[in-house]
Amino acid sequence: MTTSLLGAPVARSEDPRLLRGEGRFVDDLGHDAFEVAVVRSPHAHARIVDIDLGDALEVDGLISVYTFDDLPERLREPLPLLIPHPSLTAGRTQHVLADGEVNHVGEAVALVVAEDRYAAEDAAERIMVDYDPLPAVVGPERALQADQAVHDDIADNVAAHLEQEIGDARAAIADAAHRLSFRLDIERSASTPMETRGTYARWDADDQRLRLYSSTQAPTSVRAAVAAYLGLDLAQVECIAPDIGGGFGVKIMHPWPEEILVPWVARELGHDVKFTEDRREHFVSANHERAQVHQVEVGFDDEGRVLGLDVEFVHDHGAYIPYGLIVPIITSTQLIGPYKLENYRVTFDSVYTNTTPVTPYRGAGRPQGCFVMERTIDRIAAHLGRDRTEVRAANFLQPEELPYDFGLVFQDGRAYRYDSGDFPGSLSKLKELIDWDGFAARKAAAAAEGRLLGIGLAAYVEGTGVGPYEGGHVLVEPNGSVQVSTGLSSQGQGHQTAFAQIAAEELGVDLADVKVVTGDTRRFPYAVGTFASRAAVMSGNAIHLAARKVREKALRIASEALEVDAEDLELADGKVRVKGSPDTSIDLNVVATMSNPLRYAFDEAARIATQFTQPGDPNAPPVAEGEAPGLEATDYYSPIHSTFANGMHAVEVEVDPDTSDVRIGRYAVVHDCGTLVNPRIVEGQIFGGVAQGVGGALYERMAYDEHGQLQNASFMDFLMPYATEVPRVDVDHLETPSPLNPLGIKGAGEAGVIPGAAAIAAAIEDATGVVIDAMPISPSQLHARRLDAASTT
Amino acid sequence: MTTNATATGIDAHDRVEVTVTVNGVPRSSQVQPRRLLSDFLRHDLRLTGTHVGCEHGVCGACTVLLDGAPVRSCLTFAVSVDGHELTTIEGLAAADGGLHPVQQAFRDHHGLQCGFCTPGFVVSACGFLAEHPDPDDEQIREGMAGNLCRCTGYTGILGAVRQAADELRATGDDPRQRTRDGATASGEEVSS
Ligand code: FES
Ligand code: FES
Repeated sequence: MTTSLLGAPVARSEDPRLLRGEGRFVDDLGHDAFEVAVVRSPHAHARIVDIDLGDALEVDGLISVYTFDDLPERLREPLPLLIPHPSLTAGRTQHVLADGEVNHVGEAVALVVAEDRYAAEDAAERIMVDYDPLPAVVGPERALQADQAVHDDIADNVAAHLEQEIGDARAAIADAAHRLSFRLDIERSASTPMETRGTYARWDADDQRLRLYSSTQAPTSVRAAVAAYLGLDLAQVECIAPDIGGGFGVKIMHPWPEEILVPWVARELGHDVKFTEDRREHFVSANHERAQVHQVEVGFDDEGRVLGLDVEFVHDHGAYIPYGLIVPIITSTQLIGPYKLENYRVTFDSVYTNTTPVTPYRGAGRPQGCFVMERTIDRIAAHLGRDRTEVRAANFLQPEELPYDFGLVFQDGRAYRYDSGDFPGSLSKLKELIDWDGFAARKAAAAAEGRLLGIGLAAYVEGTGVGPYEGGHVLVEPNGSVQVSTGLSSQGQGHQTAFAQIAAEELGVDLADVKVVTGDTRRFPYAVGTFASRAAVMSGNAIHLAARKVREKALRIASEALEVDAEDLELADGKVRVKGSPDTSIDLNVVATMSNPLRYAFDEAARIATQFTQPGDPNAPPVAEGEAPGLEATDYYSPIHSTFANGMHAVEVEVDPDTSDVRIGRYAVVHDCGTLVNPRIVEGQIFGGVAQGVGGALYERMAYDEHGQLQNASFMDFLMPYATEVPRVDVDHLETPSPLNPLGIKGAGEAGVIPGAAAIAAAIEDATGVVIDAMPISPSQLHARRLDAASTT
Repeated sequence: MTTNATATGIDAHDRVEVTVTVNGVPRSSQVQPRRLLSDFLRHDLRLTGTHVGCEHGVCGACTVLLDGAPVRSCLTFAVSVDGHELTTIEGLAAADGGLHPVQQAFRDHHGLQCGFCTPGFVVSACGFLAEHPDPDDEQIREGMAGNLCRCTGYTGILGAVRQAADELRATGDDPRQRTRDGATASGEEVSS
């Protein structure tokens, strides 16, 4: 047998198709479908007085227009609150089309269907909506002032208040030798995948079946939601996530208004209907994340050990709260990072504002938590005049203390328990990678030339692979191809390749013979979705378990056919063969044929499975008890709780003394995601995450004015990094396999983005001597702060 | 119905015939004067490899070669290219599926994840390398800085353009030409 496929940096099987321009993204389908345009609110907060279709109906190519009043009863109900929580006492969600009131710019008000998007936009432009504007609530602090309500019946704008505590944080802080208190802010940003949202529905009136293509991270749940809203049996609905041009969290939100409206209209009209969001729509009507304001109190000893930490924060969830409290709960818990905190109290208010709703964006509350904890450690180090790495080391949980249960509840309602990791080991790798100890000399040399250099680092722990479960199906066809499927969808993470590696490894077949399908409910109807860096952990292990069952079945069949004990057989090179005597073997595709007793020899290969060729024991049923025809198996992986990946980033920046422009020099990453299935794919995830971290630290913000108008709703004004803004990244891996799953995998999808803002803030602070307590930071903001600092000293 | 009469007397909603040579093949269609080249390619000619990420000229996903030079098809009206030659992402790989050196390099260097920005990068790279056959790394970074990618962090993309530059310089092939059958093995693995 060849060397292990697990851990091999094989090139991706997805690539040739995508490179030739043969991808199949939602808008690549349905050329003859009617297209929709959505009339969206231009106001952050207003009552709808009247909707006048004006001369919209005269537009050439117009098919129909719908407002709230045109909807059937079921579609008039608010969209679901996807993740309820006992503390979420005032949850509100939006309607598919506004019911008399709009609560953010971009909220859907009317739906126009036309022969193409040009005609649909022509008509949408002519629809006159008469609004009675109301004062807008913008920003978390304005929300808490409660002088204006987003929703009339929630006067304080608070959807939820949650508190968790271990030990007695306030007492520990009071007793500590040193105390600090300060505020830390993170602004709004968003996932911003290059492909916007899209949904395409085909209603088959003859079969009474709906096929839905959607650019979603949760096709099985979209299917269930659409079936429920349209009053269809699940059996009548199939949902397919074809190629998806990036998700980064925003596409886990579902069902979007358009995901319900498009299939409904397709059935109403008996015609294919498609929605393709444009970029401006994406900025205002696809969800955001990140905005939080934190107040920190910390008590520590002379070594910098944190004795008590108390964090109160406000989470701005926007106009509606469809995804529950996931993001602030993640901040609350993951803030702890790799440190041993025994007295920790965290509370948050999740508040309504008249801005686009908030649901997870890659990192999902962790970048904020990491920023709070790492800035806190840096403050402690500065206060004590100690090296920042030393203070971190003094607070680390030690490898021998793992698994460690903090006594907190994580986002999945399960114990917050770190399963594995080696934080001191990671730190020493990181220091070496960035040459931490040599930095003082580099800084001094630069200073001698009048240049400002700074270094910063940040550490994180990431709960990945949350439940409840994922499944995998593995089938060996009589032609030797291996068909693998799992329900969750892919947005560029190379699942086709990684899952094929896992199945091929277990079955001893050629990688090229394995065909993987993800995100197609026709192939695998049970799934949760792609989020929380869970796909490799959950589906990877499920496919591994299913492949193992197939392997066992192949061994049973081959053992009988070869009259050799199964223990003496192995699977390799596409065969089941006798260990130590590889010439005695049977091809796996023959085993697949034999696994299905036949009456008809429809081809030459099938002959061997027919009743007179292979009569078997005439006194036993052809399909033995407990067996089923076919060389296939399904299995599921369902962990008791999450597995925790971890890592550390360090970054060197240079700040231009005149313009305060920040240039990133070295960027080093040490990363522990357990067993690596494909290091090349994992590195790609890290590189991409770091780029988003850099964007979040220096460039990207959703700039709302006080009226709730997004001032930068285009790529011209929302500054996503180009190749010229992203540094070279040096990566080192530490592999501490998770003891929680058979493959030892911990997730890798989000890690790269988490510590970016914290590490870059620290480096800028080190370079300039100006305290950085809010991110992102632009050159002009930094310059103003430097001038302030200079004038106060 | 309102009319948008123009100086030429053509109404925005009237259709006019557009004939272009796309990837070496003459194609014609009746289009409205306001129809974007990106929509014309994607939905009229069904060449969906050209993607649309912003429709305001910033992301580069819609890049195609117009008479050999990169343009943003979302900022170009289909009628304005009547009589011209276009190369899209579909016009680079060999007829047998063998990848173009730029495409192969993207695969070798993990220069794509979701693949949505990829056609724009590959076509832009072909245009860039035709102009700069011997670029240094800084020129490559600048040359690729007109396209956005949200997935890769650009590391693999820059490495890919470096490899393609070296390879194309060695063969002397025009980066804008379709690859010949048998010239590259499609799906070739690289050791790393
Ligand atoms: S779609 Fe043309 S530049 Fe973005
Ligand atoms: S590969 Fe996804 S946007 Fe570039």
